[in-house]
Amino acid sequence: MSTAVAPKDVKIDPNKKVKKNVLSDGQGRLAAMLVAPTMLVILFVVGIPILMTIREAFFLKNTGIDPTTGLVGAGEKFVGFGNFTNAITGKNEVVPGVWGQLPRLVNAFLNNMFFTVICVVIETILGVAMALIMARAFKGTGLVRAAILVPWAIPTIVSAMMWKLIFNSAGVANKILGQTVLWLGDGAPSQYAIIIADVWKTAPFIGLLTLAGLQTIPAEVYEAAKVDGASAWQQFTRITLPMVKPSLVVAVLFRTLDTMRMFDLPYGMIGPRKYSVETLSMFAYDEANNVRYGPAAAYSILLFILIVIVAFLFVKFLGADVVGDEEVKAINDQRKRMKKMHKDAAKARTTVTSGEGVQ
Amino acid sequence: MTFHHSIRRLAVLGVGLGVALSAAACGSSDTTDTGSTSTADWTKKGPINYVQGKDTSGSVQKWIDVWNKDHPDEKVTLIELSDKADEQRASMIQNHNNKGASKYDIISVDVVWTAEFAATGVVMELPKAEFDTTGYLPAAVDAATYFDKLYAFPSTSDGAMLYYRKDLLDAAKVTAPPKTWDEMKAICKTVIADNPGMTCYGGQFQKYEGLTCNIAEWINSAGGQFLDKDGKPQVNSPEAMAGVNALLDSFKDGTISKEQLTWQEEPSRQAFQDGKLVFLRNWPYVYANAQKTDGSSKIVDKFAVAPIPGLTDYGVSTLGGHNMGVPAEASNLGTVKAFTLWWNNQEQQKVHVIATSNAPTIETLYTDPDLVKQFPYLTTLHESILKAQSRPKAVKYGDVTAAIQDATYSALNGSDAKAAFDTLQTKLVELTK
Repeated sequence: MSTAVAPKDVKIDPNKKVKKNVLSDGQGRLAAMLVAPTMLVILFVVGIPILMTIREAFFLKNTGIDPTTGLVGAGEKFVGFGNFTNAITGKNEVVPGVWGQLPRLVNAFLNNMFFTVICVVIETILGVAMALIMARAFKGTGLVRAAILVPWAIPTIVSAMMWKLIFNSAGVANKILGQTVLWLGDGAPSQYAIIIADVWKTAPFIGLLTLAGLQTIPAEVYEAAKVDGASAWQQFTRITLPMVKPSLVVAVLFRTLDTMRMFDLPYGMIGPRKYSVETLSMFAYDEANNVRYGPAAAYSILLFILIVIVAFLFVKFLGADVVGDEEVKAINDQRKRMKKMHKDAAKARTTVTSGEGVQ
Repeated sequence: MTFHHSIRRLAVLGVGLGVALSAAACGSSDTTDTGSTSTADWTKKGPINYVQGKDTSGSVQKWIDVWNKDHPDEKVTLIELSDKADEQRASMIQNHNNKGASKYDIISVDVVWTAEFAATGVVMELPKAEFDTTGYLPAAVDAATYFDKLYAFPSTSDGAMLYYRKDLLDAAKVTAPPKTWDEMKAICKTVIADNPGMTCYGGQFQKYEGLTCNIAEWINSAGGQFLDKDGKPQVNSPEAMAGVNALLDSFKDGTISKEQLTWQEEPSRQAFQDGKLVFLRNWPYVYANAQKTDGSSKIVDKFAVAPIPGLTDYGVSTLGGHNMGVPAEASNLGTVKAFTLWWNNQEQQKVHVIATSNAPTIETLYTDPDLVKQFPYLTTLHESILKAQSRPKAVKYGDVTAAIQDATYSALNGSDAKAAFDTLQTKLVELTK
């Protein structure tokens, strides 16, 4: 059992069950008991709320008003996929965003995608540049690293308030530009304001993760390249980028998922119901705030599905290795092998038993 | 093995589903209505909790201590919620949905929540025999009334005023503040000719609740209405559109600067205090700030207040304020009643006004010599509140104000005003059904 591949002549006891974890040392039961409290907490704070949200998404609260007393009837009714279809077809609300007159959900979705693509692209370029600077050994490296990381350490809502001051109609941004741009209104400038603030805040995050990747590249590789006469650009594209890719892809994945959930920056800085910057999270929040929990739950689920799809695509096509656990891989491989072996043994047993039965 | 495994999986799923379903059962039963007060016992005494938004004056606890000293068996505990109105409202609704889990006995209700809270049973009806509102401002009492029943007790009121630069008007030999928008623009012409760089009028036109208040004033001041006497929306009537167009024209001819599309109360106050505005529409709190002698205001003793202007005469302000409601789940109603009446009596309100400069709801306080001496704007404020109009009393007020803001903000940003307000009319008809 100790060897990874069992030799052919190993005797397999057909009555003995296959261990769940072939690399386990038999303390599975103890481990399960120790993990149980945590799992229980997760069940209550994550599992049950998710189930309740899914259930809620198919219901709608009654809103009819009794014409004589003015009181609202109680209860809620099952509407099936009504909450989803109404939002997608724009039966509830059509709003004027930057993309034209669209159903509010579609508008929020487009904003989400727009912010995600633009912000993540700019953040990646800037982040890598920052990492390259931070990786250099020069006087005051520590200071530069600290300075670059400061924006990332500031809570988002605080930076939202800060940028709100900067983008105020009488604020610093307009003073520098010498114009009166209405950043905090509702239009394309509001989108630029969000992008600027988001890039400022989170490019350092990508920079930090990329830096970690950069520091694992051995100096010899560069020396060899230099000897072979590679230019700086060639070194960057042929050595740095491929070798830093694993950590960079994970950083970009995290940022993408984060940007798709963006809420506090546009909400704190530009405000609610500004359709040029309204994201899916803001839309869902607004609905919940107006005590329409059914639709709010439905939109949250749509956002959830969207994020799952994007994360899946990342892992599938860019090979993002989020867990990065060699051991898990080894265990899975071994389990597969054991299963196959066990199956073969069982087959052999069946033949024997049937033979006995005939007797 | 596989069999064993799937059994276990089924069990987990079953437990999960069971929990979800029992939760579902709770969900549908907790909305039963509790609007009636026939069973309420208004004599039972005991400790209670008073719930309001964050106390920025710092005096509320002090006054509660006064009550607690005299009523050791009926102690009142202050619970402060968020400083954001939206979040206060959400907490109150959630507490109702959770069957009063947090034990709220008195809640401070914004005038615009009255209809929603009353209709959904968040607050109970206050019997008029127990809660006498004689002597209170009719507008404030009306704002706390829904379908002819009182649902909250008037606590504070609020109305808009026109702040103006008295020094500049005097210099231009203008003797009286403007009654109409046209008069105001004419005055501005001469004043700004002498003081280039100033803007004529400042208001709040960012997309938020303040925009609803402002557009309501322009519409009401031109003779229009959001809802008519029967509660039918009339927002695209010729009178209402006259008000909307007057506002749009003021933006076009520069009476109101374009940057005000991002202004809330504070930026507009700041601009006025920096001497950039001739006229400012704002709430009473500005008065004390603009009189501050710590250097933050450049216009100390250089301004005065008047009622806001309108189309042909003085305009109509939007009514604000907070009232005290009693949640359906409240207990110790005897103390609730006694505390509410004590808190809002004449003597106590006078103390409140002096400390917070909030507008009182007792009518005679507006002519109280002590108060008028300390707050010279009270007479103007009284006039403003007497004529003030409530915002639409709608159960779905959140949606109503959002629709109003959508229409107004898109019109101010250059889309067709008539089309925007026609859409608003359709939406309001749907929302107030």
